[in-house]
Amino acid sequence: METAKRIDAEKRKGKTLGRLAGVCVAVKDNICTKNVKTTCSSRMLANFVPPYNSTVIERLVNEDAIIVGKTNMDEFAMGSTTESSYFGPTKNPWDVSRVSGGSSGGSAAAVAVEEAIAAIGSDTGGSVRCPASFCSVVGLKPTYGLVSRYGLIAFANSLEQIGPITRDVYDCALLLNVIAANDPRDSTSVSIDHDDYTEQLDGIIKGLKIGVPKELMAEGTDERIVKAAWKAIYLLEELGASFGETSLPNIEYALPAYYLIAMSEASSNLARYDGIRYGYRAEGTIWSDVFSKGRKIGFGSEVRRRIILGTYALSEGYYDEYYMKALKVRTLIKNDFERAFEAFDVLIAPTMPLLPFKIGEKITDPLALYLTDIDTVSVNLMGGCAVSVPCGFIEDLPVGMQIIGKPFDEELILRVAHAFEQNTSHHQRKPKFTNKINS
Amino acid sequence: MKETKKEKLISEREVEHVAWLAKLELSKEDKKLFTKQFNEILSYFKKIDEAKIKDVQPTYHVIDLENVIRTDEKTPPLSVNEALQNAPKKERGYIKAPKIV
Repeated sequence: METAKRIDAEKRKGKTLGRLAGVCVAVKDNICTKNVKTTCSSRMLANFVPPYNSTVIERLVNEDAIIVGKTNMDEFAMGSTTESSYFGPTKNPWDVSRVSGGSSGGSAAAVAVEEAIAAIGSDTGGSVRCPASFCSVVGLKPTYGLVSRYGLIAFANSLEQIGPITRDVYDCALLLNVIAANDPRDSTSVSIDHDDYTEQLDGIIKGLKIGVPKELMAEGTDERIVKAAWKAIYLLEELGASFGETSLPNIEYALPAYYLIAMSEASSNLARYDGIRYGYRAEGTIWSDVFSKGRKIGFGSEVRRRIILGTYALSEGYYDEYYMKALKVRTLIKNDFERAFEAFDVLIAPTMPLLPFKIGEKITDPLALYLTDIDTVSVNLMGGCAVSVPCGFIEDLPVGMQIIGKPFDEELILRVAHAFEQNTSHHQRKPKFTNKINS
Repeated sequence: MKETKKEKLISEREVEHVAWLAKLELSKEDKKLFTKQFNEILSYFKKIDEAKIKDVQPTYHVIDLENVIRTDEKTPPLSVNEALQNAPKKERGYIKAPKIV
């Protein structure tokens, strides 16, 4: 409220305001906010108060955005349902018996019910796109290196990116304008010039070549979702695009490769939680007891599972068997995409193979849940960009499709997403639980 | 479905050992459940054995990383209070750690 008042006062004085003046932004709770608790939805960090801001927060605040709150997530961003949060699940605003998707479920649900104009999430294997799809909002996973990860609590560094979750594509482009920038504090941040992303939203897609990866429209995906995606592609064809089938032959290895890499990186990243400098500390006099008891109590079961499996995949004797093979598969997948992008400008596929799950439906079977990430993880492996946009409803539940682009092709995928959005009305439909105060 | 007797990819003992390496205490129930789940998950992961990766280079990172070196100039540090604000145990401006030796 104070920020809002300050911005109002400055406006009255005729001061030039930031590009996001007065825009209420919700932030996923794995992104550090100075003097505001940042818990990663984990008991381990339940009382963690960062003494510094992440770069993304600095950039938002510099443009006079108002950070309205921190949002719920799967613990340490490990999940696709937001059920693994220590603080309980975030329900789906379209049907509260279902999950909001994950891991940025709180961010997507907050935007869907208009508790915030926009939100920030992070996407390691689909964690922005999955909840955007389940909550019928727009979610972008930017190209690796485009947005600074400084102040993002690490889960799998080589895969994750911070991305916007918004009500429409214009807002998404606007937020990306602000957060996409080189940052010397993140050594993987790239230095490239980008135009104003909103200026690309001209609705013109004449001559655009759309590739449809057959493996992502195949068995295992709800047929009604496949239909919705095709319907969207036909509409884009009417708007002047052409399409053709393409193949990503190694994509069947994407899930195991993704999980092996993500778990391995997680086991290393999460080794820092010893309860000494920060985090949950167990009582005890022997250091190894303090560490291992604290980690047992501080981490939930999915986090514990991934730390152990990651440690296993990196351990002597298994390193070549699992981790190294996964890295080589990553090369194959990257090559598959490069080949597809030789013939096509963008690829289109469903964001999720299934409709939002019932709460409790998948959480007890880790492998079954991993399998639902089939459409999203390969984009993180290859490092490109993808935006999920609402593309319909089945039994009143949202369906999302993703427009995938090669690295640093955000301008193009946003243009396609915008053209689609302007010719459909899915994004205007509101869930029953819309927050009336803000609208 | 008839259960085929397959060789276990990971035993309860190995799970215990890896958890020990990761400094992560496991309850009895976890050990049992995780061993079962890990065998399911690892046998699925084994799918990558079919991929044709001979002569393929690994991709650790998707962008060509170069060393990023900052100029050797000091920047404003956190105050001691800020740096220690999240430490569960501290004493006289220091973090208190358990005995190591």
